[in-house]
Amino acid sequence: MAYQPVKFYQTGTFTVGNRLLPPEVRAVQANMRRTNSLNSGHRACQGCGEALGARYAIDAAMNATSNQLIAANATGCLEVFSTPYPETSWQIPWIHSLFGNAAAVATGIAAALKVKGRRDVRVIAQGGDGGTTDIGFGCLSGMFERNDDVLYICYDNEAYMNTGVQRSSATPFAARTATTEATGPDPGATFGQGKYVPAIAMAHNIPYVATATIAELHDLEYKVERAMQIRGARYLHVFVSCPLGWGHPSEDSIRVARLAKETGLFPVFEAIDGEVVSVSKIRRRVPVEEYLRPQRRFAHLFQPTPHLEVIGRIQAHADRNIRKYGLVDAGSE
Amino acid sequence: MRKPFAITLDPGSSLANHTGTWRTSRPVYLDRLPPCNAGCPAGENIQGWLAHAEAGDYEAAWRVLTLDNPLPAVMGRVCYHPCETACNRAQLDEAVGINSVERFLGDEAIRRGWRFDAITERSGKRVLVVGAGPSGLSAAFHLARAGHEVEIHEAGPLAGGMMRFGIPKYRLPRDVLDAEVARILALGVTLRLNTKIDRLLDAMKAGHFDAVFLAVGAHIGKRTTIPAGASARILDAVSFLRSMEGEDRPMLGRRVVVYGGGNTALDVARTAKRLGATESIIVYRRTREKMPAHDSELEEALQEGVLVKWLSTIRHAGDSSITVQKMVLDEKGFPQPTEEYETLEADSLVLALGQDVDLSLLEGVPGLEIIDGVVKVAPNMMTGYPGIFAGGDMVPSERTVTVGVGHGKKAARNIDAWLRGTTRVDTPKHEAATFDKLNPWYYSDAPKTMRPTLDLLRRQSTFEEVVGGLDETNALFEARRCLSCGNCFECDNCYGVCPDNAVIKLGPGKRFAFNYDYCKGCGLCVAECPCGAIKMVPEEI
Repeated sequence: MAYQPVKFYQTGTFTVGNRLLPPEVRAVQANMRRTNSLNSGHRACQGCGEALGARYAIDAAMNATSNQLIAANATGCLEVFSTPYPETSWQIPWIHSLFGNAAAVATGIAAALKVKGRRDVRVIAQGGDGGTTDIGFGCLSGMFERNDDVLYICYDNEAYMNTGVQRSSATPFAARTATTEATGPDPGATFGQGKYVPAIAMAHNIPYVATATIAELHDLEYKVERAMQIRGARYLHVFVSCPLGWGHPSEDSIRVARLAKETGLFPVFEAIDGEVVSVSKIRRRVPVEEYLRPQRRFAHLFQPTPHLEVIGRIQAHADRNIRKYGLVDAGSE
Repeated sequence: MRKPFAITLDPGSSLANHTGTWRTSRPVYLDRLPPCNAGCPAGENIQGWLAHAEAGDYEAAWRVLTLDNPLPAVMGRVCYHPCETACNRAQLDEAVGINSVERFLGDEAIRRGWRFDAITERSGKRVLVVGAGPSGLSAAFHLARAGHEVEIHEAGPLAGGMMRFGIPKYRLPRDVLDAEVARILALGVTLRLNTKIDRLLDAMKAGHFDAVFLAVGAHIGKRTTIPAGASARILDAVSFLRSMEGEDRPMLGRRVVVYGGGNTALDVARTAKRLGATESIIVYRRTREKMPAHDSELEEALQEGVLVKWLSTIRHAGDSSITVQKMVLDEKGFPQPTEEYETLEADSLVLALGQDVDLSLLEGVPGLEIIDGVVKVAPNMMTGYPGIFAGGDMVPSERTVTVGVGHGKKAARNIDAWLRGTTRVDTPKHEAATFDKLNPWYYSDAPKTMRPTLDLLRRQSTFEEVVGGLDETNALFEARRCLSCGNCFECDNCYGVCPDNAVIKLGPGKRFAFNYDYCKGCGLCVAECPCGAIKMVPEEI
């Protein structure tokens, strides 16, 4: 009989916890005493991926820093839904200044802590894709370039959701937004536009760049923890789904994020000093159509008949990611 | 409090904002009925005992298992495991090896000498159980546990019924059977062997019994008229298998033909092989697809060199040969004769055409209804005569050990209720945990652990057990393949995936609760629950 390892826990580490796993292998989120950094009562929509991603990331960071953490927040959904004055959902020291300056504010906090000699207190800057890839990009690039001791977390839901779903430079091709309507000869966002900030961050040769999704909690927590062990500028790009802006049922938020990874459209990897050192492999590869179909922002690709040419270009993009990052083991298919 | 410049309000927490008011439907935790439990004729709580085995607590697993079935080591060998046929994991990779884990638990219990809890309450009622087969033993066990005084009257020289006199040793070693019977008797059950009851009502009166459970089995081999030569050697399967338990092994000769297509036919053919027959041929009038025998048994028989003549009936049995007539299936699937004949060399012919029940003990009992040679019972297993219940092979049903054990349990519960002057009301079953209720993404890939089998040479010549057991490491692995369909196994997913912290973790073994003050009703917990233990229900507005 073939050798069979006993260390098989029914669900392994796919689930958040598991009574059969030793506590240190369970996710921070499984802990009864997790920080709940972003507490109940926030005004995010039902099934919000960003609210989930933010609690995952900040709870993990709090755990990694023994609760010695300050966060600066860019304007965006995350800020608006969590902190309508005078209420806040944050259970950590938290500051909001402007839309575009979160990286600069965090840099300032880090500098102040340095002057005060508080090496134990760590700094995080966070924002959505608008505040990161468009409006705050100058401050972000400066923070990278000076290698300031800040972890910048971008929660990427691929458009300006707070103001009514307008296109950002992180909006994917063919997606319908309020400013890229599904009309005309090339409906939705234009092919060939937009930017991929994880690669730009890597081009700054900063010590740590990583991507993650809300569908892979253990991986996300590992990356936050890893980032907190490193000094200098770090960047974490978290893929978070948006039921409202993307037009999928609220209960599908995690499934859609999982499909983004399993299709190859969102590569999950980590890079040290500008070099990719590990990737999270695709577990069950699926065609992009499975990711596109549940989302109303891509509905025009399937009506009245499937636009095979456009879907084919999106598939080609996914295939390129799979080749480029080695997302599928050779011989496994 | 002095406030900073331009600040007029006190800082507040968003906990003041009860987002639960947004909700139009709410998640609720529930237990669904796993398909294995639903499919078990003995009514075992399979998911329940596997959960203990997963945690490595084998004794707790065995105790949960034996709440329903006192014969796990037997069952882990002879059950045709409809649970595995129903198992949701089969749609993922392969069914969980429930039967092999059950056997491991049964063997472990024998090895470690685990015993049933002592009986604390006595009802003062006396119950007569007729027949010490699987059904009778099961009923005796459950009745004894309910506090009744139980006496088993068995016509044969040893307990076990068809488990001893029907199932060959290579499938069920007798020391295993003896150990599990002894454990039931240790509860204080009296077993009277070689005690055949001739007139039931007299026996009831003489022994002052308040109720009876009949489980005499079906021990009379069915005969059919086959034109035969004067010295043709024709036996019936039941007597043949029974004689295997005696001192002198039956003489079959070198070429044996078995007539029939059930599990008994396979048992005879495989036993003949082990007795030294060079040819052991089964003659069956229909095709493999229509064969009532279980495919795993057929497969094992074929491996051992048993041959099968499909679509054939026996027309004549001669002194050293038999004549077989070829059949074809008509459009309705019934075999119809052709004009094609074939002669098989044969030293003996064994008829395995089914069994009849010896109902002679019921003579003079009023109110009984006998249909097709079996006793009709109500849904509570009671016959037409108040206080006389029946189960196992003597009532209309599938004839397996597992069904017998299930009848025993069901009858015992109803007898208990009847003795206490009440009627048993079954709790309604939970809704089914079908595969579409699960989120299979979360389960690790893990193929089934196969049990070792004895090498072919020894299978053809000895009565050693063919299928081996699992050891602790792979039994644990196998148990952990369970998907826990419909029953929370505390994976923490709901607690983790709620964007609103509206799930409260209650601690190990206590599961979770919802905080409806903040739950917005997004449904993420339902979608991401691996085992389907949460559902959404509309809010009443």
